[in-house]
Amino acid sequence: MAENKGVMVCGEIIEGKLAPITLEMLGGTRALADTLGEEVSLVLMGSGIGNLASEAIAFGADKVYVVDDPLLADYQTDSYLPVMEKVVRQAAPNILLLGQTAIGRDLAPKLAFRLDTAVAMDCIELSIDPESKLMLGTRPVYGGNARGVYACETRPQMATVRAKAMEPRERDDSGKGEVISIESGLDPSMIRTKIVDKVKEEIVGIKLEDAEVVICGGRGIGSPEAFKDLEALAKLLGGAVGATRPPCDDGWVPSSLQIGLTGKIISPTLYIGVALSGSSQHLAGCTGAKNIIAINKDAEANIFREAQFGVVGDYKKVLPAFAEKLKELLSG
Amino acid sequence: MPNMIVCVKQIADPEAPPGSFRVDEAAKKVLPASGVSQVVSPFDEQAVEAALRIKDAHGGKITVISLGKDFVGDVIKKPLAMGADEMVLLEDAAFEGADSRSTAYALAMAIKKVGEYEVIFCGRQAADWDAGQVGSGIAEFLGIPSVTVAKNVELVDGKVRVERVVTDGYEVVDVSPPVLITVSNELGEPRYPKLKGIMSAKTKPVATWTAQDISADASQLGAAGARAKLLKLFVPVKEAKCEIIEGENPEDAGANLALKLREIKLI
Repeated sequence: MAENKGVMVCGEIIEGKLAPITLEMLGGTRALADTLGEEVSLVLMGSGIGNLASEAIAFGADKVYVVDDPLLADYQTDSYLPVMEKVVRQAAPNILLLGQTAIGRDLAPKLAFRLDTAVAMDCIELSIDPESKLMLGTRPVYGGNARGVYACETRPQMATVRAKAMEPRERDDSGKGEVISIESGLDPSMIRTKIVDKVKEEIVGIKLEDAEVVICGGRGIGSPEAFKDLEALAKLLGGAVGATRPPCDDGWVPSSLQIGLTGKIISPTLYIGVALSGSSQHLAGCTGAKNIIAINKDAEANIFREAQFGVVGDYKKVLPAFAEKLKELLSG
Repeated sequence: MPNMIVCVKQIADPEAPPGSFRVDEAAKKVLPASGVSQVVSPFDEQAVEAALRIKDAHGGKITVISLGKDFVGDVIKKPLAMGADEMVLLEDAAFEGADSRSTAYALAMAIKKVGEYEVIFCGRQAADWDAGQVGSGIAEFLGIPSVTVAKNVELVDGKVRVERVVTDGYEVVDVSPPVLITVSNELGEPRYPKLKGIMSAKTKPVATWTAQDISADASQLGAAGARAKLLKLFVPVKEAKCEIIEGENPEDAGANLALKLREIKLI
């Protein structure tokens, strides 16, 4: 299939803007495209896309395929899947990337099977093999305990990319690119699901994904009330509170606070893990954290294998003294 | 009363200490660690739980399907002990070397043989390879709609109502059966089998099917049907370098930690 050319990114739009993951992929795929001597294209699906195509060009797209249709206002598998299939069959890219997001997770496998190819999910690194010229996708497997490197010989070669695995480019408004409009070809009868409600979990303060400081609590915190102490500490440091899976599954905190393989991916400057063991599936969400601090009474806890600094002790005793001293230092 | 199918996978316990984890890089396989038991993949147990909650409310029948090898009877029959009705095990050398695609194909063919179904449940991803493709793949092979990453599933006026987890909350999605749903951990803890359930599981029907039994096209199965190639498998190297902050007592250590963070200019 020598005719397949180009690196295509499936874009996402959040509240009228290009999603962070889309900007990251536009930046990160440039190296892949340059290695292959191919172009970067972006697909934008939605309703009322406006000038986002020129935004995408400023952030590195050579070509933007725009599919604008009221039926694409919300993501639904039955609307996005046939549209992506149509665009990919028309443009015949060599490589197709989606974000590892609520959309990408859902869309990528179905699209891959429909196109009779394969997708490597949740890649943290993509490269081109110098000999075969195939894309190599590295992804965490076994809850983050191991890494697998995947390739496929069918086209397009597909991968989903984890948040923060790539860096966006600097905006460049002098960049040139082509915008191609494509008809969606959708009719309402194709959409078998109906979104009857959207429930937003209220976020107080800073979003976990954007926070420079994250205080994360685990099962050992012991109760929903005790999470209040973490909130106070987060407030003191201008950060956000997160949690491992057990406190979310037990309903101590909303599941939107979950950090890990199946939760949020964070990349703070400072991460403080309190009363959590440091399971691989949790740490898979913390790969971008620059400084990891651990407080746990079990000296054997896995988190100490990841942390730069740690205190072995009961958090109920360690944390108040830590917070008190911080207050003193920050005010002084 | 709905007919339901749940697909489950038997894997090594993902909660085993990460320190015991080893791979054979040449064979690109995970080495079984001593003392680590086999379990039903946790998200799949939640898929069973989702089906059981519907059965509690509306009745119906739950058939559990698992594709694998070296099944451990007490482990793989846990969904029956929890309350599912029947089980089908897919075990054949032809299934080996599969990727997500050929696994989904085999399960879809088995589901066709089971016949009647309104709702198919899968875990959002198996807790070993973490790909999260098989559920969507089954729906694609069967040509039915799917809703992924569900935290709640109910039957309302003949429709299936799904709460689908998205970045900052959830969407409520209605869909007419037949539908495939993948279930996430937000659904909550699966029930523990009761003694009565464990006893009755012993007499519930368990069939073992081969590739021939499900009329599968051999070129679509196992390694032959796989499109993804695993080139390398390795354990990332970690440098143990944690500096433990000491103190006279835990309070003192906590204060010293704050001083350390100031010293390295993190605060």
